[in-house]
Amino acid sequence: MQERFILKVEDLTVSFDGFKAVDGLNLYIEPNECHVIIGPNGAGKTTLLDLICGRTAASGGSVKFHDKELLSMREDQIVHAGVGRKFQTPSVYEDLTVFENLELNYPKGYSVFGALTFRCDDTIRGRITEIAETIFLEDMLDEKAAYLSHGQKQWLEIGMLLIQDPELLMLDEPVAGMSVAERKKTAELLKRIITDRSVIVIEHDMGFVVDIATRVTVLHQGQVLSEGSMEHVQNDPKVVEVYLGH
Amino acid sequence: MTFSSFMTRKEAFGFLVLAAVIFLVLPLALDAFRLNLFGKYLTYAFVAVGLALFWGMGGILSLGQGVFFGLGGYCMAMFLKLEASTPENTAIQSTPGIPDFMDWNQITALPAWWEPFNSFAFALFAVVAVPVALAFVIGLAMFTRRVGGVYFAIITQAIAAILTILIIGQQGFTGGVNGITDLRTLMGWDIRSEAAKTTLYFVNGALLFAVLMVAHYIRKSKLGRLLRAMRDQPDRVRFSGYNVASFKIFIFCVGAAFAGIGGAMFTLQVGFMSPTLVGIVPSIEMVIFCAVGGRLSIIGAVYGALLVNWAKSTLSESYPELWLFGLGALFIAVVMAFPNGLAGIWSERIEPQILRLFNRSKDDKTAPKRAPAE
Repeated sequence: MQERFILKVEDLTVSFDGFKAVDGLNLYIEPNECHVIIGPNGAGKTTLLDLICGRTAASGGSVKFHDKELLSMREDQIVHAGVGRKFQTPSVYEDLTVFENLELNYPKGYSVFGALTFRCDDTIRGRITEIAETIFLEDMLDEKAAYLSHGQKQWLEIGMLLIQDPELLMLDEPVAGMSVAERKKTAELLKRIITDRSVIVIEHDMGFVVDIATRVTVLHQGQVLSEGSMEHVQNDPKVVEVYLGH
Repeated sequence: MTFSSFMTRKEAFGFLVLAAVIFLVLPLALDAFRLNLFGKYLTYAFVAVGLALFWGMGGILSLGQGVFFGLGGYCMAMFLKLEASTPENTAIQSTPGIPDFMDWNQITALPAWWEPFNSFAFALFAVVAVPVALAFVIGLAMFTRRVGGVYFAIITQAIAAILTILIIGQQGFTGGVNGITDLRTLMGWDIRSEAAKTTLYFVNGALLFAVLMVAHYIRKSKLGRLLRAMRDQPDRVRFSGYNVASFKIFIFCVGAAFAGIGGAMFTLQVGFMSPTLVGIVPSIEMVIFCAVGGRLSIIGAVYGALLVNWAKSTLSESYPELWLFGLGALFIAVVMAFPNGLAGIWSERIEPQILRLFNRSKDDKTAPKRAPAE
């Protein structure tokens, strides 16, 4: 029997010097859903992703991915379990080429010995080319990532995640800081890649959210304010008051 | 793996030039005494190559490489000292058959941890294993707790200071501040003769090339790219699915192994080992060799070690008090003006000039040929 949820966040709490950035939060992610998280600045959206992917240590609660407790795992172990994370500011390896950036994320040769003996064969090369086509960078494989535009770096980072083929993909403001043309292309790209996997997206662009979301969660002061379809949360008086009504 | 995937023609050319300098130019140009001096300089190149790997590529600055150099050197010195301390040679001591400094310190029996160093095989093993073991412990303690940057540099420096104090304080077991001196033979072969020193120079050169090939392999492997990625974006590497600490520990251990081999070759060629080669000042000097050579280039690191040491000998022979100022000025100059050192000057300034000259002369030759045909 298939599980109802692939990710179960329960009673998750983190406090920074007494300030609770995430406070007793519950969140359930179903297989193949695109779950968008919205909320005003400081609502704890990015912190929530940081907690799930192991970047920040939680003060309490539990994050279960299938049956694995992510809170007690290292970042790289969480990645191996099948959770990928894209950061808000594009973080790619500037000193390496686009090809090398993708190659480093190809899920093979993770150990020291594996990395020493890693050989890039035709299968890997084929996969890298395939991903590069998806992210519109097929002509820039030998270019250093430092020379890419902001939007291209965002795409490259998405590509770095795609090549790992994660079961759960977490995207933090994937279209922020992009030009209108880039935005459109990215929306297209995201719509293509969010099929066949679960995705958590943080986004401010409401038009974009309506476009992709299967479910929306509104965070406010580290807690869930409202959850449901876009239509539902848009008409929730609590949400209108703290967020959409501004 | 094919050769061309291991090394480009340009890289092979760089190694060939270095091989020519070490195996032909220096031995032909220098007398045995000077050649032995350059052999000594080349032992520091082992350390500098290691630094180019984990500092230049991996961004981990260690100010304690003298520790690993010294440990390798001491392991070799202990073996040589035991061989030199036969009961006949030490008959005038109150306890014959133990190293002289032990006798001076009223020690009457060889300590148990010295015993294994009677075996040459064990000593060779220890030359690499002891520095690597220490580097592993330091790496495990620091990198898994994500200690890095300046903090790591300071801690390694503290370790250099601690080891120096320990060696000096435990005079009876270590030879104290004088170090382990009066080393004579290696398996009955007199290492003090000119012929032996010349042979050792070539052994040293060959070992250095072996180390360079290992370093080059690592640089070209995915691990090399990971190191560069880690230097710039350590967080991102974790989310690419790598355990950053294990890679840092590995490369730090590799650097320690290189340094240990260099230290052992130093002992063999110079004939002693002392705490002055372990402490903070030599450790920082080793970083300067690497910086001057170009911290991103393993070949540059070798030239850096040669050049700075040669300048040090020349300058301190004529103006001993000026050398430290010279060294300081050199370091500042490198950091301010040439952050990529000699290798950077070569690849950014000289090489493009040569290529331009080369291309122009090719154009000159082809141009007149084309003209009549038109």
